[in-house]
Amino acid sequence: MKSKDTKKTGFDKFKNILDFWATNSEEGGWNISSTDEGSQKMLEDESDKQVKIQMGSDVVDDFVIDEDTSDDERMIVNMGPQHPSTHGVLRLQAELEGEVVRRVKPIIGYLHTGMEKTGEELNYFQGPTNTTRMDYLSPLFNELVFSLTTEKLIGIEVPERAKTIRVLMTELNRISSHLVALATGGMDIGALSMMIFGFRERELILNFFEKTTGLRMNHNYIRPGGVAADLPDGWQKDVKEILKIIPEKLQDYDDMLLDNPIWKGRLQNVGILTTEECFAYGVTGPGLRASGYEWDLRKSQPYSGIENYDFEIPVLNEGDVFARWRVKVLEIFESLKIVEQAMEKMPKGPYKVQDKKITPPPRKRLDESMEALIHHFKIYTEGFKVPEGDAYVAIESPRGELGCYIVSDGSSKPYRMHVRGPSFCNLQALPVIMTDSPIADAVAAIASLDPVIGDVDR
Amino acid sequence: MNPEIIETNLDDYKKLVESFKTEGFEMMVDLTAVDWFRKKEPRFEIIVQLLSTIHNERKTIKVFVNDEDLTIPSITDIYPSANFYEREAYDMFGIIFSDHPDLTRILMPDDWQGYPLRKNYGSGRIPVQFKNAPKVD
Repeated sequence: MKSKDTKKTGFDKFKNILDFWATNSEEGGWNISSTDEGSQKMLEDESDKQVKIQMGSDVVDDFVIDEDTSDDERMIVNMGPQHPSTHGVLRLQAELEGEVVRRVKPIIGYLHTGMEKTGEELNYFQGPTNTTRMDYLSPLFNELVFSLTTEKLIGIEVPERAKTIRVLMTELNRISSHLVALATGGMDIGALSMMIFGFRERELILNFFEKTTGLRMNHNYIRPGGVAADLPDGWQKDVKEILKIIPEKLQDYDDMLLDNPIWKGRLQNVGILTTEECFAYGVTGPGLRASGYEWDLRKSQPYSGIENYDFEIPVLNEGDVFARWRVKVLEIFESLKIVEQAMEKMPKGPYKVQDKKITPPPRKRLDESMEALIHHFKIYTEGFKVPEGDAYVAIESPRGELGCYIVSDGSSKPYRMHVRGPSFCNLQALPVIMTDSPIADAVAAIASLDPVIGDVDR
Repeated sequence: MNPEIIETNLDDYKKLVESFKTEGFEMMVDLTAVDWFRKKEPRFEIIVQLLSTIHNERKTIKVFVNDEDLTIPSITDIYPSANFYEREAYDMFGIIFSDHPDLTRILMPDDWQGYPLRKNYGSGRIPVQFKNAPKVD
């Protein structure tokens, strides 16, 4: 009985407060209409439809692309350079009409550091330190293309082991670069788990790079004449671990995204790039292969003996953002195949050419041999001389054709060093992809092209 | 002589590029310039790399630009991908591509003076501004 009394008093207390509010309103009672003028007006002309919209049970899709809008409706919006989805410091000037992008102009150069000018002041031995910083997600490819061009000018062939190490390292680099592309692409679209996953798996490969080259990025590992150092002891164990873990994780990504209706809805039939447009704007790499054209320099113009490996080129026909994403995932599987074969067939022997005029002698020899000391001194002070001439060499980087054009005047420094970055060229296709599409798809389009601004601006 | 390298003159340049386009070289992969300052006459050389995916073949076109006007016809109407590369060559070497749709600086700021990749443009000519550095007049 006692408890009932206390309950009653509690309720009374509550009722008093309610009465207070009720008595202080204009009309009193429980049906209080709002005193706000706007709401009063809405109440007057509210219909069933209006009520449904307000309650959220009826969604009005009034997004219609109207052709006859006057020019005054157009708005120029600046996206970037500081914007997370522009993958660096890319700035886009977009002319919007409502929510539709009518024109877009990529403005680049915010990361321009004059690396081609610097390249003219460094000798061939120092060259890879410079080029490796261009495309910071695939540094080994930059070193490889510079080294191949220098070797073509000198006319030397690197030993078999050096070639195999180069293939092994660059294909691992392709995997890590594609993982970042998948991760940041997922982040841009809202699949935040993808970002964490991609970076997590990339760390496996970067740890192996750190063990081998000493650095996680900007390795300066592949040099003219071979590679800087041999693979570390027990490297097979690390590679085997990568080969075991990455396919499992890729399966996880597929479980999460491949049949995900949101992911498909955001990416399918968005940002379509046809083969003709790819040719016209010079788009190479996954962009070209996703538009149904089989072109991979590893197959058609092979380098470093990559023609001896057994792998496929994934080609998809849709040409949309989804296809470009899918091609990257499939390419990781193919790269894993190459890595496995390279690991199994790794030949014994020297890892750099035995020409002491091009590659420095081993450290141990310096104490014993006068000649070794002289060669060491000559290489580290003035470098090696390269015969006059010019050469253009292209390799298949994760983003497309990466070319290097070097003009030599017979000295130990390049007279002109130009790098044809794939991102720079692929970026030209961005206006084609983005024009007349909603601005929400723009972010997906940028992510699918996967531009690395270090490679664009150099 | 490498058959992949074709040296041409300024008058035939555009016609040559057009004929390669019809021959099946569907992609222009690279366009750059070299400054032969005090080494060769005329001074600037343009190097164009073409790629045919059908024939699996590359062609390199080399052409010298007149010193007086530094002008060369633009090939953006044949290969739209030349757009950025021609802007880069203009930005870095000051070579004018006539009939280019938007010949502005691409990597350097719009108000930049001089052309950085020319050989007589010394690197380090613009002093680096450090924090609290004493002013040098």
